[in-house]
Amino acid sequence: MIIAEKKPIEEIIDEVKDFNRILVLGCNECVTVCEAGGKKEVEVLASALRMYFITQGNEKKIDERTLERQCDHEYLEEIRADIDDYDAIVSLACGVGVQFAAEKYLTTPLIPGVNTVCLGANEDRGLWKERCQACGSCVLARTGGICPVSRCAKRVLNGPCGGSTNGKCEISKDVDCAWQLIVDRLKALGKMDDYEKVAPIKDWSTDRAGGPRTVTREDVKI
Amino acid sequence: MSNLNTESRLEKILKAGHIGVTSECGPPRGSDAEEVKKKGALIKDYVDAVNVTDNQTAMTRMSSLAACIHLKLMGIEPVLQMVTRDRNRVALQSDILGAASFDIPNMLCLSGDHQSFGDCAQGQNVHDLDSMQLVQTVRYMRDEGKFLGGDDIKRPPKIFVGAAANPFADPFEIRVPRLAKKIACGAEFIQTQCIYNLDKFKEWVKRAADRGLTDKTFIMAGMTPMKSVGMAKYMKNRVPGMDVPDEIIKRLAGVPKDKQAQEGINICVEHIQELKEVKGVSGFHIMAIEWEQKVPEIVERAGLYPRPQV
Repeated sequence: MIIAEKKPIEEIIDEVKDFNRILVLGCNECVTVCEAGGKKEVEVLASALRMYFITQGNEKKIDERTLERQCDHEYLEEIRADIDDYDAIVSLACGVGVQFAAEKYLTTPLIPGVNTVCLGANEDRGLWKERCQACGSCVLARTGGICPVSRCAKRVLNGPCGGSTNGKCEISKDVDCAWQLIVDRLKALGKMDDYEKVAPIKDWSTDRAGGPRTVTREDVKI
Repeated sequence: MSNLNTESRLEKILKAGHIGVTSECGPPRGSDAEEVKKKGALIKDYVDAVNVTDNQTAMTRMSSLAACIHLKLMGIEPVLQMVTRDRNRVALQSDILGAASFDIPNMLCLSGDHQSFGDCAQGQNVHDLDSMQLVQTVRYMRDEGKFLGGDDIKRPPKIFVGAAANPFADPFEIRVPRLAKKIACGAEFIQTQCIYNLDKFKEWVKRAADRGLTDKTFIMAGMTPMKSVGMAKYMKNRVPGMDVPDEIIKRLAGVPKDKQAQEGINICVEHIQELKEVKGVSGFHIMAIEWEQKVPEIVERAGLYPRPQV
């Protein structure tokens, strides 16, 4: 899923201070699961903003709403009838949701309330880690199911580099060396011979390098 | 390994069966060419070729290629170090051609320290290729005379291609397979990480020799003299992938502070003398970091001077 984290409230206050009618808009998908932008976080942020502006002697109308998905036209339509009641929307959706809303409601300023961090998973209570960079050309079949593109700080395809120490990456003792994990997994699979297969130079045109990516499916078009 | 592929003196020396000697020169954090030339002049007659580091530890410095050219113009043979951190395949191929246009005959292909260690921690890294793919790229350009895109190169680069190996990094069981992979990619010589744990290094070379790898590439053992017990402790505890046994630290700590540098040189000389006798060790890469003036003493005392004329 998409992992996001809350922006510092000072940053949000600075962005909304000149607006008087604000909608804090949550999303019921990934950002709810990673506890950054669901109904609960909408309530907390909206309350904090209300209190802040009251203490500043500048009370504002701050409403709350959480949609099923912000990356979906159908659900975003639900706020169309009320959109003119607001001077700005603080969206707690990921970057996709914020942009979808911005494209739909051209004259309403959209302010992101979270930083979209990565495609990752929940490893432990309060701990989310990256697993995929959506490079558009998956190598996991060759790397024991562990991704060197997203989990190696140098995205080395024939690793590890010389900085791997005690299973950790040279950038931090808190970061696992992806290639240590790959080697461990290849060993568990009894496929260590695969380690010596040289990974060819990667076609990065399916990655960010190729420009914005598009998937077109004629078979599912109406 | 007798056919010469390039005009490299290092290649000629290694292929003639001599023990090769290289050293390194870190370009300055400024544009004064005199700093490069001064370092070069100190070691010129004591080594076969001089590696020029490429923004090592990710600190921004004078470009490796420019510093190589300064050395080359002084009659010193450079080994151009190139990391994949900062350049994509367009820039890498372009710089390879630039180096070849000055007849720089050696290259060492590396991934490079992560930028978070340097002065541009907020910068992007590139890693379009990795170090093995860079070795493949140089070999392809040289041997096939083609760009990665498939077009012909007019006057392909004649470059003797090397790679690095760290016999001490983790996981240890893939250290030899990893060397095999680099050789399969086309690495003609290998310069290793600084060696202090001789037993572990010998074990690595033995395993490499058992697989026939030392017949397919030239292994140059990396040597860095310790300047002080403080440096030894720093290398042991803070430098990723470094193996400094406690005996080294004890030995340095056992002499007065003003004698520790000399003791560091003594250790380095003894290590070279011991490793000279190890089958599969073809040369030494002496990295006296900001201590280039000590290279002549080390080379002489280790019995590696004068350098062979080829």
